[in-house]
Amino acid sequence: MAAYVAKRLLSLIPVLFVVSVAIFLIIHITPGDPASSILGMEATEEEIARLNAELGLDRPIAEQYVRWVAGLFRGDLGDSIFMRMPVSQAIAEHIGPTLSLALLAELFALVLAIPFGVLAAWKRGSLADYALMGATLLGMAVPSFLLGLLLMLAFGVKLGWLPVAGYKPLSAGLAEHLKFLILPAVSLGAIQAALIARMTRASVLDILNLPFVRTARSKGLGEAKVVGKHALRNALLPILTVIGQTFGTLVTGAVVVESIFNIPGLGQLILNSIERRDYAVIQGVVLIVTLIYVAINLIVDLLYGAVDPRVRLDKR
Amino acid sequence: MDTLNPDAYESVRRALSRERRRIRLARIRRNAGLQAGAVLFLFFVLMALAGPFLVSHDPAEMKVTDRLLPPSAEHWLGTDEFGRDLLARIVYGSRVSIGTGLSVALAASAAGLVIGLYASYYKTLDHILMRICDGLYAIPGILLAIALMAALGASVTNVIVALSVVYTPGIARIVRSAALSVRGQTFIEALEVQGAGATRIIWRHIMPNTLSPLIVQATFVFAEAIISEAALSFLGVGIPAPDPSWGNILQAGKLVIFKAWWMVVFPGIAIVLTVLGLNLLGDGLRDHLDPRLSGNRR
Repeated sequence: MAAYVAKRLLSLIPVLFVVSVAIFLIIHITPGDPASSILGMEATEEEIARLNAELGLDRPIAEQYVRWVAGLFRGDLGDSIFMRMPVSQAIAEHIGPTLSLALLAELFALVLAIPFGVLAAWKRGSLADYALMGATLLGMAVPSFLLGLLLMLAFGVKLGWLPVAGYKPLSAGLAEHLKFLILPAVSLGAIQAALIARMTRASVLDILNLPFVRTARSKGLGEAKVVGKHALRNALLPILTVIGQTFGTLVTGAVVVESIFNIPGLGQLILNSIERRDYAVIQGVVLIVTLIYVAINLIVDLLYGAVDPRVRLDKR
Repeated sequence: MDTLNPDAYESVRRALSRERRRIRLARIRRNAGLQAGAVLFLFFVLMALAGPFLVSHDPAEMKVTDRLLPPSAEHWLGTDEFGRDLLARIVYGSRVSIGTGLSVALAASAAGLVIGLYASYYKTLDHILMRICDGLYAIPGILLAIALMAALGASVTNVIVALSVVYTPGIARIVRSAALSVRGQTFIEALEVQGAGATRIIWRHIMPNTLSPLIVQATFVFAEAIISEAALSFLGVGIPAPDPSWGNILQAGKLVIFKAWWMVVFPGIAIVLTVLGLNLLGDGLRDHLDPRLSGNRR
């Protein structure tokens, strides 16, 4: 197991190196130099030169990269030119709503997807199976920001059951917090629910064909026990993988959904920073979300390896 | 056998090829998803191609007195916040949205094909290219696209460039793994022994074996690119106004959601049906081209 963990961690090094180079270079592909686009048309030569020096953009590109990465190791993501505060502080102030939204969306997806996925596998070929699988196809074709708009229109504007947009932190009370997050969470979680339901169905179907399920049935166990206990438990591993992967996707998706519902999370931070050409913040947010994404995938892989020896012994 | 009359031989050959075509058609006919997907998708492609001849309104013509009119006989899908005809904007928007999706699918396929093929053939190159792909793949797609758009600036060309960068690594991986499974086979070794050059082996003998998975993946990338373009334009970093795209019509619709439901619902339907069509088409093609790849049928 230790060897597996070490191997998995080592394989991250080249990935993180490429990620850091790519994110670092993004600011440098800007047409013209960043300083003049930050300052606008009226800026004088001296002002541009001064800002370039302040941002360290007048140094050789390799040196800039090394400085940036060295900063990252100290937890220093640079400073926001517009907000006049460290990028790490800006991210810390905005990450709460994003994580809250992603967690709630995951919860919604699981509660909806696993029972329906098991049901579809159990009643394979039935009307219910076709209806559910049709619904998942439709679910995967509706982008989250569109579903968000439609839900907002239906439940916020027409019916008036839920707030149209906005956000209340957890400190305002759980009910209040959830009331504002229900529509965003449902719109974000729907695609994941469709994916997890399909995965659950496929993986339970695999198990239902195995001999031990036949044994369980032939010894007289009820269908509920066979499917719910024997089949589902053995089908959980692939399902867990999808859950892990989708949580990463949810954090990213939250960035888009937030902008619809005016939730002050990382999405709002990055979009506002684009308008202000605050490149350090853009880089910081992309980096942090990527790290969350990579870390979750790593944890899923390690758990998988811990549970299933075949994974960690696989020589690849 | 050499007594066989050439005419009889010819007619048998023709009957055989007719039969083969019949079987192929029958397989397509049994593949309901493939057909439904193709029909849905072709509908929108035709709309994009024939669009200008179909709508009587100019998508850019503003009329202050006609602001935010609900659907009517004059404006079938209503009007937007500048009094422009929504049907005309959605039809013209389909040219932008489908055109962008197609360009991204083609560009990412071409780049992914070259990278995947050469990576499968040269070991050192494989290590370098695949590490780069892994790295780019690790950055969540929509975020990478947002960051690239922030740097490049909003325009149709830049959306295509940014999304092609996002989708190339995935295609390269799929091409590479298809190519690797051919690479180890005896006939490639035989070709090498005979002295065939690398270019010839890669493009004449390995490449054709990667096309099925590539086409299937390109269909899904097409669908995802349409969604991503819409998301970018919706967030205001994609295709800039006044050119209509399904995403920026939705962006405008969000601002008037209290007054004009049609601005959100109709472009939304266009996106969903196009993407659904492409997804069905992709699933169907996968079953058709390589039944072994089919994940959800057993």
